[in-house]
Amino acid sequence: MAEVRDDVRYLASHEWVKLEADETAVVGISDHAQAALGDVVYVELPEVGSRVAAGDEMAVVESVKAASDIYAPVTGEITAVNMVLEDAPETVNEAPFDTGWFVKIRPDDAASLESLLLPSAYQALCESEV
Amino acid sequence: MTLMQTCLYSRHIAAGGKMVDFSGWQMPIHYGSQINEHTAVRERAGVFDVSHMTVIDVIGQDARAYLQHLLANDVDRLATLGQALYSAMLNHEGGVVDDLIVYRAPEGYRLVVNCGTREKDLAWLQQAAEGFAVEMMEQAELAMLAVQGPQALSALNQVLPTDVAQRFKQLKPFECLFEDDLVIARTGYTGEKGAEVMLQKDAACGLWDRLLEEGVMPIGLGARDTLRLEAGLNLYGSDMNESVKPSSCNLSWTVVHNGRNFIGEQALINRVRTETEHKMIGVILKERGVLRSGYPILCDGNQVGVVTSGAFSPTLQSGIGFARVSVEETSLTQLSAEIRGKLVPVTAVSLPFVKQGKAVYQLLAD
Repeated sequence: MAEVRDDVRYLASHEWVKLEADETAVVGISDHAQAALGDVVYVELPEVGSRVAAGDEMAVVESVKAASDIYAPVTGEITAVNMVLEDAPETVNEAPFDTGWFVKIRPDDAASLESLLLPSAYQALCESEV
Repeated sequence: MTLMQTCLYSRHIAAGGKMVDFSGWQMPIHYGSQINEHTAVRERAGVFDVSHMTVIDVIGQDARAYLQHLLANDVDRLATLGQALYSAMLNHEGGVVDDLIVYRAPEGYRLVVNCGTREKDLAWLQQAAEGFAVEMMEQAELAMLAVQGPQALSALNQVLPTDVAQRFKQLKPFECLFEDDLVIARTGYTGEKGAEVMLQKDAACGLWDRLLEEGVMPIGLGARDTLRLEAGLNLYGSDMNESVKPSSCNLSWTVVHNGRNFIGEQALINRVRTETEHKMIGVILKERGVLRSGYPILCDGNQVGVVTSGAFSPTLQSGIGFARVSVEETSLTQLSAEIRGKLVPVTAVSLPFVKQGKAVYQLLAD
């Protein structure tokens, strides 16, 4: 069974987002998503300093199976991208909620995270997709 | 529709196989990581369940004459019992109906054809047999395992019964032995040393278990595809189909014109006179990315071909693929692939990309 972390929020498109103490939002893809993708071979990350709007295509994950777009969960500025994924894309498969994070965003409105899916709702979504 | 399972289904589940629908069979696409499985075959040894493939024995007085008419390669190249040959069979327009391996067996010949083309092939074989004293007997009670990699032969030597192992040690590539229902051939679909074993279903799990005890790793269909791609081996349905002739998909070397008048032979000769020729080359992406079947290949802004098969190559750490390109319009040093709307340059290379774990491709010039 795929892990569903309970300290993050989710998008229906299988991204997770977590607000850190300094109000930065860390974004990655879920365990369900990495398992569906298979071995990740390339990750295309956005430029640090660029702005994204919630729902924008923000990154691309290329796996042995297919290329998948990763969507921004919030509107804001990209403050960091995970350079580890450049040389070790398999980190996404190995630790999707931890060292496999994709980007950090300073959200224009941190409260907008409240409208994203709770872990229980995301879990239900995954179960219905099977 | 219920999916079929091979006799090794329980072993796939036990090994953590992620099961998918493959032409109506529940088969493992991987057991955790297709990249790890690919590397295991290049560096050590892996075992594949290929029991879903179709095995047909061709027996009867006219078996040899029939196959000489049916197949584009010449079964007379099988000079003795215990040899195997790769061939295409063509339709009346010279397009490829399927590719297969034909073995010279104690009582005639054995064909191993693809899984997805089983019904089409059986009907085709029957139809082509008219006028020949020959019988087709599908061997649906057999399982098949492929064991491939630098350590595959020694692993098999360890697990086979002593007398069979002795005979097995003598086999050269493309030779096979028959021991009652057991057939072991020095063939494979990976570019590594190894063998394919046809055996009674009730012996298959035992052999699988013994191989795993020897350290051989279970390998899924995902890695099977990346291994054969690196090895320059065609996949029916991707690299060729009924509208593709052998010279367009790198199979000219399997076609022997020696007066046998095989099905499609005259059409091939006629077609050379009248149509644009294509050839199949290897392509390697010059930048990060993955080539996939269907991506256009362009030269100077014009489409000159298409990617027929593509994947990420774990051995070369690049996107690679086969591309069918028009011979006339193509400058081989100026090619790009269109990937999601973007043009990415590719290097045109000879096939195979990899042999026994090492890159062997050469750059192609015009």
